[in-house]
This record gives sequence, structure tokens and C-alpha cells, in this order.
Amino acid sequence: MTSNQRLQAILITGRTIEQGVGKEKGKTSKEYLDGVAICHIDPADLKKLGIKGNVNVQISTIYGSVVVKAVESPRAPHAGIAYMPYGPWANAVIDPDTDSIGMPSLKGISAEIEPAGDKPVLSLTELLKSQFGKEPYAPH
Amino acid sequence: MPHIEAVTCPVCGCLCDDIRLRIEAGKIVEVKNGCAMCESKFLGYCGEHRLSKPLIRKNGELVEVSLNEAVKKAAEILAEANYPLLYGWSSTSCEAIRIGLELAEEVGGVIDNTSTVCHGPSVLSIQDIGIPSCTLGQVRHRADLVIYWGCDPWSAHPRHIERYTSFSDGRFEKSEWKGYLSKTKALIVKKKIEKALKRVFARETPSLSPHVRREPPPTLFKEGRKMIVVDVRRTRSAETADYFIQVEPNRDYELLEALRLLVRDEELEVEEVAGVPVAYLEEVADLMIRCNFGALFFGLGLTMSRGKMRNIDAALSLIRDLNTRTKFTIMPMRGHFNVSGSDTVFTWQTGYPYAVDFSLCYPRYNPGETSAVDVLLRGETDASLIVASDPVSNFPRKAAEHLVKNPLIVIDPHVNATAQMGDVVIPSALVGVEVEGTAYRMDHVPLPLKKVVEPPEGLISDEEILRKILSEVRKIKAGKMEES
Repeated sequence: MTSNQRLQAILITGRTIEQGVGKEKGKTSKEYLDGVAICHIDPADLKKLGIKGNVNVQISTIYGSVVVKAVESPRAPHAGIAYMPYGPWANAVIDPDTDSIGMPSLKGISAEIEPAGDKPVLSLTELLKSQFGKEPYAPH
Repeated sequence: MPHIEAVTCPVCGCLCDDIRLRIEAGKIVEVKNGCAMCESKFLGYCGEHRLSKPLIRKNGELVEVSLNEAVKKAAEILAEANYPLLYGWSSTSCEAIRIGLELAEEVGGVIDNTSTVCHGPSVLSIQDIGIPSCTLGQVRHRADLVIYWGCDPWSAHPRHIERYTSFSDGRFEKSEWKGYLSKTKALIVKKKIEKALKRVFARETPSLSPHVRREPPPTLFKEGRKMIVVDVRRTRSAETADYFIQVEPNRDYELLEALRLLVRDEELEVEEVAGVPVAYLEEVADLMIRCNFGALFFGLGLTMSRGKMRNIDAALSLIRDLNTRTKFTIMPMRGHFNVSGSDTVFTWQTGYPYAVDFSLCYPRYNPGETSAVDVLLRGETDASLIVASDPVSNFPRKAAEHLVKNPLIVIDPHVNATAQMGDVVIPSALVGVEVEGTAYRMDHVPLPLKKVVEPPEGLISDEEILRKILSEVRKIKAGKMEES
């Protein structure tokens, strides 16, 4: 098994029903983390990466990098396209350029995916702290 | 055990107004007719993720304070700021938005709603080209061809297909639900046979699912309602459709323009466009021309990918072309339950639908310059007020960094990333559950939001909180005038 493979992919961000239910339940809920801090990857691409589903992967673009859980895409085939639900994890790597019309580019971004090894998926609170260096409010 | 009928669901732009709730001991205990998101909202509205007390950041940590103290602090921040950003608005009532606009004018800030990162490009394009649209009732009763382009209603607007399009029983067009059920049953049987064959012969799946087959199936030319989905991946909505067109990422514009040519009886001198064979597109164009009433719904697959507003230009122009041959309408799939209402109230109050700048004391509108993400990326704002939204989650990181760096006031019923990063956090009662209001459905039909339970003690509506802040800002400004 080759676990040091890298994969060039086009990153698409969008809605999933799990993200919708999770956001209504609460952004600090486990449902939201499980539904949003993920990346749908085509089974053929997972093979190329030398991993199976439910393994942490690092998604990197020229705008940033984030660790999320790779999930074998239920919507395959879409080889070469990785899909992340909208949320703070996806927004760590998307293109902020608005092309002078106000809208950042949240779909169709070149990204590189690699197995993350031991790196964990950060919770929302941990992610905020690491990104902004300000103490996040922890409700419980 | 009182039941409340005909409740409007405050989640997505569908604003389903047939929700039935059962209330016991002042709590919602049962939801009927709603989708998964609706149930999650009505049953989980008062859970552990709810904000209960106003908070102010002191020595780096958010601590509980009184409402008056939080309102005063918020007003001071806004009154002192040179160029504050007032953002959010799409998940609150029109009444609250109206006060928000008054506040933006008072403090000379820039006010923007979530359209800016969803259908902002659609709005710009509609202003350029116009939009032949209708209400969802028309689609429900008349549409015999429904196209979803770059959107996945199954996930983002779960009852859209059931209430307004293919699975709704209209006056002139019938529901395709039974046909879908038999198709699904046949697929399940086929999958079982394939699995059994795989086990027996221990080899790869012998054939692909029919949904992956790219040519238009014969069933596309049946009587009754037809549904086509165009997307970059096979979404759940695509599985529901009669025909799924898988377009290559960032190439929607080419596909739309190719269809425009075909609708105008021009010939294409290529074999395929955006990964779709022209022969198949010809059949789709033919179907579009031959339908009696077509409806195209489009989502962020068009507004966020390469081309952005130019994709919408092409989609609107395609519908304009189609209207020379038949009757066709088009509508953006608006996400938040009152994002259409935000655009409407903004327009009614200032003349512009979003990204309105009051820094020169009169409203200016220039998306790209006065839009939230741009003013943040350029580092121009020096304070922010966020109402019923979560830009720290939803904005690109670089824009969120500037938001967090400056004083951040948050009014929201729930803990979210923005509230966690806030400097003044004021919890509010949930509109559509604990307080009344008005919201606009995606087709611009205004609907009343009901109060079904009492809010937790001490929580008031966004509208009331904003009124208090506005009045405090006016007091501070009057005091400064007297001093000078």
C-alpha cells in the first residue's frame, strides 16, 4: 500500500442534507462536525491515494490547507473531482477572489489531496483557535 | 395536546407552509410534513447549542452580562466605527431587516446580505437581462418539463420536488411519484441481481447503473412531467431525474450557449460540448422546444463556478430564446428562508438589493466594491454587526480573518463560529418559532411566520434588539453633537 501518494483534483464545495440537518441542530454539534468536516472522494481516486474511506486526508490549495475525513463518495463516478460540504473546513481552502462582483470562487478550485497520517480533524473550536488566534467561546 | 396547523418552516427558500406541530408543556414534540432540516430545527431549537445570555469579551474571554450592557457596548462600537459592516439578514424577518437598514444609514456603514455569497451574481445578471419567471404555484400546476441546473434540491430544498415540481399533483400536470417508485424498485432489484452475479462469478460489477448512461433514455419522451438534472456529479436529485447530464466542472457556460444555438436551429460543428455529446444535446433542445410549460431552476453550481454572473446571463438568455418557441420560466433556488425577503426589503428601502454602502450618507451600490467579502478582503471595515448569519464559517478564511480582527457584534439565537469569535454576543428569540415575522419565498411570495412557543426567559426578537441598539446609537450621536 502506498500511503504517500498525492492526488490533483478539482475541489467543489456545496450542500448535503447531513450539513443541512447538522447546521439546524447546532454548529458545535457532533452531527455538524461529522457531516461537514469531510471530503467525498471517488473510489478510483481513493485507490490512487492508497487509502480507503474514513481516513483523514489533507486538502491543500494555494489559499490554505485543512485536514478532513475522506469519505468514499456516494455520488460516484466523478473521478478527479473532490466534494466538500460548505463550512469552515472548506472555507479554509477556497479561492477568496470575487472577480470584482462580490462572490468568492467556491467551486472548481485546483486542490491537492494526500493522506494526513496522524494529523487529526480539528473540531470547530480548535479550528477557530488555530485560524484566528482568538479564544473561541466554548458553551459547554 | 394542542396541534398548530399551517406553520411556515423557517429553514430554506421553499418556506413550506403546511407544517403541523404538536406542542406539549410549551415545547414542540412532534413535526408533521416537514423535511429532515425542518424537523431538526423545530425539535432542536432549544437544545444545548442555544445562546441564553448576552456576552461581552473581557480580558480575551466572553463573559455573561445584562442585555442593557451588551446593547450599550454594541451601540458604542457602531457609533465610534468609521466604516462598519452590517451583514447577515437572510435568516431573520423583514421587520428586523428594515430596522437594520435604518441602523446602517445612521452609522454610515455598508450593509450586505447573504445574497452576496449565493445568488449575488444572479441578481446582477437579472438586472442586466431581466427574468421571465412565475410563482411556484404556476410550476406546480402547469410545468411539464422541469430542469434543475447546478442545484441539488434533494439536499438543499428537500421538499421542492414534492411540493412544486415533478412529484406534486397539479391541476393540469400529475405527479410522477408512482413512476419514480417503480423505477427505484426496478433499480433495487437490478442492484441485487448484480451483487448476486458478482458473488457467483467473483468479478467486477457487470454493468453500469442506467443513471450513468449518458444518452437520453426513451422514457424522456413519455407523456407527463419530465425532469432533467444538469450537474458536475450524480447528486441524489440526479438519481430522481428522468435524465442526468453530467457537465464538466467550470464549463456550464459553454453548455448553456450550445443549447442556445440548438434552440435557435443553428448547427454545432463539434462532437461534444463540456463532456456531453452534441447528439444528446440536440434531443434535449428538442424536448425543451416541444414542452408546453418549462421551468428551469438554477443553483450555486452556476453562480459560484467559473463565469459566475456570465453563466446566469447565458441561462437567462436561453430562457429568453426558448420563449420565442414555447413557454419557459426560470428561477434561482434561494437558500436561506428569507434571502429573497432581504433583497426585497433592501430594494424597497434603498433602491438596491444587497451590498449597499451608506458611508457618503446616501445609498451606493457597486458589488465588487461595496460587497461584504470585498470590503473585508481590502481590510476597510473597522467593526461589524452580524445578524442571524455565520460569516466566520461561510466566508473565505482571509475575509473572515479581517472580520475577527476588528470588534465583532453578533445577534443570533445559536452558538456558531461567528458567535464564538464575537466580542459582543446578543442572543435572540427564534423568528418563526418563538416570535412572528414575515418572510419571502424564493418566488417572492411573502408568507407570515408564526409564533408557536414562548421564547426562553429574557430573549427578545432581532427586531427589538436592533431597535434598542439604534436608539442607543442615536443617543450617543446626540450627546456628541451637544458636546461639539
